[in-house]
Amino acid sequence: MKKILVAALALVLVMTASFAAADAIKIGVIGPLTGPYAQYGLAVEYGAKIAAEEISAKGGVQLEVLAEDDQGDGELGVNAYNKLLDDGVTIMLSTVTSGSCAAVSDVAYEERVFMLTPSGSADSITQGKDNMFRVCFKDSAQGLASAQYIVDKGLATKVGVIYNNAQDYSMGIYQSFKTKAAELGLEIVAEAAFSDDTNADFSVQIAKMKDAGAELVFLPIYYTPASMILQQANAVDYAPVFFGVDGMDGILGLEGFDKSLAEGVMLLTPFSADAEDELTKNFVATYTAAHGDIPNQFAADAYDGIYALAAAIEAAGITADTSAEDACEMLISVFPTIEITGLTGTMRWDASGEVDKTPTAVVITDGVYVGVK
Amino acid sequence: MKKWSKKLTGNALTYLLVIVAFLLCELSLSGAIDGFKMSRSLKGQLVPICVYIVMAVSLNLTVGISGELSLGHAGFMSVGAFSGIIASQWIASAFPGAELDLVRLLAALITGGIVAGIAGVLIGIPVLRLRGDYLAIVTLAFGEIIRNLINCVYFSLDGARLHFGFLNPSLPGTVFINGPMGATGVNKLASFEAGFLLVLFTLAVVLNLIGSRSGRAIMAIRDNRIAAESVGIHVTKYRMMAFVTSAALAGMAGALYGVNYSTVQAVKFKFDTSILVLVFVVLGGIGNIRGSIIAATLLTVLPEMLRQFGDYRMLIYAIVLILVMLATNNPTLRGGIDSLTAHIKKRSSPAPETTKEGDKA
Repeated sequence: MKKILVAALALVLVMTASFAAADAIKIGVIGPLTGPYAQYGLAVEYGAKIAAEEISAKGGVQLEVLAEDDQGDGELGVNAYNKLLDDGVTIMLSTVTSGSCAAVSDVAYEERVFMLTPSGSADSITQGKDNMFRVCFKDSAQGLASAQYIVDKGLATKVGVIYNNAQDYSMGIYQSFKTKAAELGLEIVAEAAFSDDTNADFSVQIAKMKDAGAELVFLPIYYTPASMILQQANAVDYAPVFFGVDGMDGILGLEGFDKSLAEGVMLLTPFSADAEDELTKNFVATYTAAHGDIPNQFAADAYDGIYALAAAIEAAGITADTSAEDACEMLISVFPTIEITGLTGTMRWDASGEVDKTPTAVVITDGVYVGVK
Repeated sequence: MKKWSKKLTGNALTYLLVIVAFLLCELSLSGAIDGFKMSRSLKGQLVPICVYIVMAVSLNLTVGISGELSLGHAGFMSVGAFSGIIASQWIASAFPGAELDLVRLLAALITGGIVAGIAGVLIGIPVLRLRGDYLAIVTLAFGEIIRNLINCVYFSLDGARLHFGFLNPSLPGTVFINGPMGATGVNKLASFEAGFLLVLFTLAVVLNLIGSRSGRAIMAIRDNRIAAESVGIHVTKYRMMAFVTSAALAGMAGALYGVNYSTVQAVKFKFDTSILVLVFVVLGGIGNIRGSIIAATLLTVLPEMLRQFGDYRMLIYAIVLILVMLATNNPTLRGGIDSLTAHIKKRSSPAPETTKEGDKA
């Protein structure tokens, strides 16, 4: 049996012996390239590859991005991680989803491999691991920022929350939002939960919000259930302010979704594809030309992640011959010193691995994001 | 007498297969021979392979030997994983500074086994009143209930004190099982050697049970319940015995899985995982323990081997699965293999057998 395994492995290796540029530094992307979260993983892969090509074309640091599928699962994430190291990857831009990231980051911490997660937002990922950095906001930061923003702008006094109690992302934001709201005196009049198994009918949750008289409904959830909530709230003539977080990004690109329903929806997101600056315009144009759709925040995070890595690689003087362990120590010392301006704003990192950038609020007007001043 | 020795050789062959595979892996891990070194990718899968072997063998006890179609095997794995993590984390927190990795691993496995066994009894009471499709549906529901329950469960440790909460509470100390976020910050305790020993333990339990008086009673109930009852076999007792043993072993597999990753979420043990294990059992041959071991190993490694094919990976995996199913169930092919083995047997033993092996299957 063992023989068969070895033979099969050898065959597979022979079939795909790659002849990449020898001097390119290999960066590994692990994410759900198939399965229900494929949209996020593919966006990260595409975003990272665009950035790597741009940087390599300049002739300085040469980067090559290798992507492996984990279907958002920790076990498969660790498998993908091992596969990438087998293939000569020395730095990770991984992983896309929080659950898988927690499992992989622990192995990477022990084996001293540097990891920058583009979108793994669970608080626990970076805690106690000096090799972990992230491009996106952590979940609790999003909850805090949302509560602060609602109070600062005086958007509402009575707030309702619909959250997914079977999802770490949603629970993380919801819990920190609740704590901050209590601190700021923002009254949460209704809370309603759903789970991944019951994400088609929201009539009960919406009725609860409506009965409690919530003026603003906070939706710390992904855009697919959010789109249903918007549709079903519209059907019962309930029109509060809907306030989302970065998981809501992508709602306008959803097939079969009537964009007019999202009119007036506010969300906190670091990236908007309709921004007028040169960098965003170029990125959106390249991305759309290559993949046919408008990039979301995940693609932008990955794009910025590669640029941040490139800046750090240059500052630390890492080459393709640097081992993963050496690169890890060099990057850990260099990363808190760099500052880059990317699609998601101007970013700096502290030694704990958290990013420092400003969240921007956008409101959906006539089917596009418009920045709120 | 003849039959006994045949069964014993069969069992010995199964143990031998596992031990030889283990030794080959160890040899490959040590890197003593040039060119025979395991890739990281395969190395990382050794513990999951052991876990899935135990899952498949234990499910085979329910499906193959006892003849009940259970679709909630991952539920027991889940119970075992989380209770095992609680036990091992509690020991670490209650006795800080002590080197207790082995004790913690053992505690995790034993707790996982016991708690899953208790779950097996609780589920078994209503479930084993049912037969066939109904039993399958109830076990399926059980798996889903467990997953949703664990999504609402919170545990924290404050020194030696263990706190428990349900539905979004605020607990003192460090929360290590955090509802949908699952268990976090678990120390990796599992090793390939531990996995190998667990596989051997499982084989010893299952093969001995099958060969024992109780095992024959279980199979008699599977083959003809009324006939078995009429000769005084206690149907509920023996069905329960098989079901609970299977659940406890799945719990131990779950515990090993739980302490192999720093984080485990209840979502991992959903319906898909139950079906995956059932596929191992069906592909390896229902009631065929050795087949389960081989199928679990190959089908765990296969998707990783197919990574080279990128997006077509799972498509190719599915096609391979279909082809293997067709090939193993093809009467011509099976008849060919059976007559071949009969031929070999005839040559090796001078006394010709009266029954032809090919008639069975």
